[in-house]
Amino acid sequence: MAASKVKRGYLTEYLKGLWDENPVFRQLLGMCPTLAVTTSTINGLSMGLATTFVLVCSSTIVSLIRKLIPDQVRIASFIVVIATFVTMADLFLKGIFPDISKALGPFVPLIVVNCIILGRAEVFASKNDPAKSFVDALGMGSGFVVALTVLGTIREIFGTGSLFGLVNFEPWVIMILPGGAFITLGLLIGLLNYLKEKTGQQQAAPACLPVDSQAEVN
Amino acid sequence: MSFLITSSPHSNDFGSVPLMMRTVIIGLLPATIAGIVLFGWPALLVILSSVIAAVLTELAVNKIMKVEPTISDGSAALTGLLLALTLSPVMPWWQAALGAVFAIAVGKMLFGGLGYNIFNPALVGRAFLAAAFPVQMTTWAAPMFWRGVEAVSSATPLALMKFQQQTTVYSKLFFGNVSGCIGETSALLLLLPALFFMFKGLINWRIPASYLGSVAVLGGLFWLIDPTKYPDPLFHLLAGGLMLGALYMATDLVTSPLTPKGMWVFGAAAGVLVVVIRLFSGLPEGVMYSILIMNAFVPLINCYTRPRILGYPQKRFGRPVK
Repeated sequence: MAASKVKRGYLTEYLKGLWDENPVFRQLLGMCPTLAVTTSTINGLSMGLATTFVLVCSSTIVSLIRKLIPDQVRIASFIVVIATFVTMADLFLKGIFPDISKALGPFVPLIVVNCIILGRAEVFASKNDPAKSFVDALGMGSGFVVALTVLGTIREIFGTGSLFGLVNFEPWVIMILPGGAFITLGLLIGLLNYLKEKTGQQQAAPACLPVDSQAEVN
Repeated sequence: MSFLITSSPHSNDFGSVPLMMRTVIIGLLPATIAGIVLFGWPALLVILSSVIAAVLTELAVNKIMKVEPTISDGSAALTGLLLALTLSPVMPWWQAALGAVFAIAVGKMLFGGLGYNIFNPALVGRAFLAAAFPVQMTTWAAPMFWRGVEAVSSATPLALMKFQQQTTVYSKLFFGNVSGCIGETSALLLLLPALFFMFKGLINWRIPASYLGSVAVLGGLFWLIDPTKYPDPLFHLLAGGLMLGALYMATDLVTSPLTPKGMWVFGAAAGVLVVVIRLFSGLPEGVMYSILIMNAFVPLINCYTRPRILGYPQKRFGRPVK
């Protein structure tokens, strides 16, 4: 496949998940947990970490067994691997952090259908070696954690009307409602696009380019 | 002999945007002044902060987007004024200003400025405030409270109707001596300038007519079913923000349909929504949401009510009529 021909170091593979191919701000994947659970910093952070755990483990396993999986049943096989780790994460949260587990509600089991995880398994882990897949998953997970934590922090500050207990003001109720999630996410994406335009990084990330133009990136 | 050949719509008295905006602002002044007289200095503060914040926001966004300042066309000031007229007079001034910032920045400029916005900016600002500060948005003042007659807090006629089954005298509703938003209390002061504008063709009479008409018809239908439970159509028409919404917000040129047929559909559907929200939802008033919801349908309405081009076969729902 063309995507695997792109020669890039581990650091690039890691960093692309944070900025160039950030799953939330650039690829707009995993919108359901992004919008639903980011009512506070801790919710966003724990959701991001749980997803990262599943993402890293499943990507590595999928990459290890990628040559054993027949092409016709690969999606089902990926889902079995992902579901295993989601169950582990769910039980872990329920056992150790029952409060967070209650706050996140059904969105922890729903990690299994998070398209970031299946997406990375399909486009990256099933075509690359385990070490690269591990780094790639870690980068994507970190990007997800950063995005969810930033969203959660902004919404918590305005929604509860207090800046880390230092400055207190009238809370904006809308910010902890779903509408606030859409507004915050939209404005953040707009801001990042604006910054991207300013810094002049117009070039799209290699994985986002059509197959024939990837040859030129090499 | 020379003919003037232009494409439609043909120019009339109000040919330029600044002139239109200024005329509408002047038309809203009676209701604004009445609001200030009724509710005192807090109302003036809300109006001023909203208008100033709206204009400054537009200027700031213009600077960021590096385009010519568009504040001189008066549309930002009009949005700020319309927003203030839909707010409670005892609202903190900074919340009114925040609503105006949101209305202009998100409701209008992010879509590309005047003429590109999908939703009525003033109502976007109000919807934001209603979701962000529900307590302040529903704390009303009794009229003339600044003379120190009685308690500051008071319920609006619609809330009285909804939650305590009390009606308000029509003359009070008509002349505006009731509690409510700054600009919505007097039906008379809103109606008179609007009639003049309709006469001059500045606002299209079809939207208010169909809007108010469908509210009256549907409200009257429920009143006939059970007069003890539902208010009569005249109360529906005079109470709350219906006059302000129907005359000055639903008729917004940018966010309303282009075709005459579409205007009827738009107004009638918005009227149905108002009655449904007023009678069957948890909210006492539904004008804001009815207009915002119908704004979203405007492109669809435009698409389906396009007039037939002369000489083309008659079509119904995209199919030729046999």
